[in-house]
Amino acid sequence: MDFELSDDQVALCDGIRDLCQGRFDIDTVRGLADCGGVDRQLWSELVDTGVFSLVVPEEDGGVGLGWAEAGLVFEQLGRALVPGPLVGTLLAAGVVDDSVVGLVERTDGSALVEYPDVIDALLVLDGDGVWRVDAAELSFEPAQSVDPLTPVGRVAELPQGDEVGGCYGWVNRAVFLCSALQVGLATGARELAVAYAQERQQFGKPIGQFQAVKHKCADMYSREEVARAALYYASCVLDAPELADEDRAVSGARILAAEAADHNGKDCVQVHGGMGFTWEIDAHLYLKRAWALTPCFGSLDEHAERIAAMV
Amino acid sequence: MDIRFSAEEIAFRDELRDWLGEVLPTLGDPPDRDDWTARRKWDMGWQRKLYDAGYAGINWPSEFGGRGSTPTEHLIFLEETTRMGAPYVGMNFVAQLHAGPTLILEATAEQQARHLPAMLKGEEVWCQGFSEPNAGSDLASLSTRAIRDGDHYVVTGQKIWTSFGHVADYCELLVRTDQEAPKHRGITWLICPMDLPGIEVRPITTVAGSSEFCEVFFDEVRIPVENRVGDENDGWRVAMVTFSFERGTAFISELLGTMNQLAEMAELARGIRRNGSTAWDDDEIRREIGHLQAEYDALWALTKRVVSQAQRTGMPGPGGSVFKLYYAEVKKRMADLAHRMLERGALVLAEGGGDEQTGGDMVASRLYVLSLSIAAGTSEIQRNIIGERILGLPKER
Ligand SMILES: Cc1cc2nc3c(=O)[nH]c(=O)nc-3n(C[C@H](O)[C@H](O)[C@H](O)COP(=O)(O)OP(=O)(O)OC[C@H]3O[C@@H](n4cnc5c(N)ncnc54)[C@H](O)[C@@H]3O)c2cc1C
Repeated sequence: MDFELSDDQVALCDGIRDLCQGRFDIDTVRGLADCGGVDRQLWSELVDTGVFSLVVPEEDGGVGLGWAEAGLVFEQLGRALVPGPLVGTLLAAGVVDDSVVGLVERTDGSALVEYPDVIDALLVLDGDGVWRVDAAELSFEPAQSVDPLTPVGRVAELPQGDEVGGCYGWVNRAVFLCSALQVGLATGARELAVAYAQERQQFGKPIGQFQAVKHKCADMYSREEVARAALYYASCVLDAPELADEDRAVSGARILAAEAADHNGKDCVQVHGGMGFTWEIDAHLYLKRAWALTPCFGSLDEHAERIAAMV
Repeated sequence: MDIRFSAEEIAFRDELRDWLGEVLPTLGDPPDRDDWTARRKWDMGWQRKLYDAGYAGINWPSEFGGRGSTPTEHLIFLEETTRMGAPYVGMNFVAQLHAGPTLILEATAEQQARHLPAMLKGEEVWCQGFSEPNAGSDLASLSTRAIRDGDHYVVTGQKIWTSFGHVADYCELLVRTDQEAPKHRGITWLICPMDLPGIEVRPITTVAGSSEFCEVFFDEVRIPVENRVGDENDGWRVAMVTFSFERGTAFISELLGTMNQLAEMAELARGIRRNGSTAWDDDEIRREIGHLQAEYDALWALTKRVVSQAQRTGMPGPGGSVFKLYYAEVKKRMADLAHRMLERGALVLAEGGGDEQTGGDMVASRLYVLSLSIAAGTSEIQRNIIGERILGLPKER
């Protein structure tokens, strides 16, 4: 057993982090809110780096890595707040030819679709399988998203679409990738809070010297580390399903990652005081993205139920 | 990132399982909580069985009589022994998990030859004499005084919260040897035999009604200088070595025992009938059980990360503080949930108090968990450690 990152995995994380710092700095990311969340040029850089074809086998033109690597990469994307239909596009790689692919669960009545203005196609998940709907077939009523980096549009009724094959275990994989983004968000929010706690002075000293602030930061770190352990464990199980129950591992990661991202987002606002309540400071972006990612593919209660049934 | 066990690790596990399968049925019933003579016999007897089978000092280097196993094998050992219901390390805790490893790194060859084999065979109970009435979280301010008199230290002062102090043969004792030096630089780490004249041990009754820990009074106790571990006034550094072990693997059996307890609780919930349904039919109870399981699974994964770090670097990683902080809170929530399920039943302690360490009685457990955020560094101190040493926030002082 060696549950630490391999050298290759560390190099992969570093590479994606450098890419994010270089091409998705926070000003660029904020700017993406004005173009529906995706800039084709930047998106193609993610495509060229192999972000979306990570788990596609090499013989099919992919990178040929596993879910462990996909999780690490998505963690970095979450940490940098990179927007766009990342989860749908990764799952769709090797299955459909579109380059910006949304993903949504079929529900009765209307559906909220993320990134309505930029997707080429929408994949719809339901109990019978996965269905491709061309973006041209969709007409959206405008809706105001809570998260400026996750624009949404409402579709009165999702078309049936054309069935796509080769979509084994998509729900768990989508949940896993959302969780990875959220662990990254928890990290980003914690880093922002700690940096501010070091720099902001009140009563003649850095606020991070006050225990009420220091201990909040310590709790942020703890949540993040526990969620990360759950995420890495889930990724190992997705890569080797014979090891343990996949549903339990994924649901566990889901719950802890969603809670860590939510709590760390709120704590990050709090540590910033009045600044934390402004649009200018990035704290709200972590929190809002965390919120946008939570109600996807089952509520946290449903995931808790799924685990309870196995205790 | 690979959680799979290697072929050697699996071979190790299978051999261990076979042995446990043979030996555990021969052990008989565990002793009563308050029968200390029987408890000593039980704990030391188990240690001797481990020794005879080659499992004592599982993670100690082989040149010191240990098995020299890897951190992963150590984890497997703790996992299997807990899963199969083997005795807990009990009063061998300090010898096996702190004092032994500290002696291996810091003691002289004579000290090692004198104590390590006896620890492995289950012939010596050790206790930890660090905390004092006025030196708890601020341990370095300790004031138990040791004055050099020829080839002895003459020790006067008081220790408190000394677990197993009333049954111990030896104590890892921190004393002040330099009154003038800054507080961290005047401390010395001594091996103190507990039968020396001038030592008085008074058990303290815990909230659980047991007497797990004691006050220990020292009145001009003469401890030979040859019992010093490390240099004079270098005891704080030696104590830090001791702590790194405390925060490393010490909680593995605890966590696994707790997971067994959660499974028992789920069983119980399915059985408790109220108003025509069961506790399990209560959405909140069921979901909280699922939620707790998710957190324990995550803590188990975190443990594997800490162990993997230890395997690579030789020292447990900072995950130990995170683990301790998080675990204490989750375990308290579990105890509270048990009590919501038990309703009026939560008033009744099982006979004999139950085994509050690893399962069994949930009412006793609700009391025991109160100590988890206090012992071995309070949660507030863990948060300081994380904030200052890991996150780099400015120190308080
Ligand atoms: C079950 C159990 C077994 C133990 N076994 C042993 C043993 O075998 N050997 C041994 O030497 N010791 C033992 N201890 C002692 C334990 O290590 C101490 O209780 C612990 O370090 C706290 O010290 P204290 O009790 O003096 O509390 P204090 O240090 O007085 O703390 C009181 C409260 O103040 C808080 N506090 C203190 N300083 C700060 C600070 N700087 N910032 C914020 N909050 C602070 C604490 O977190 C706590 O909530 C044991 C304790 C327990 C409960």
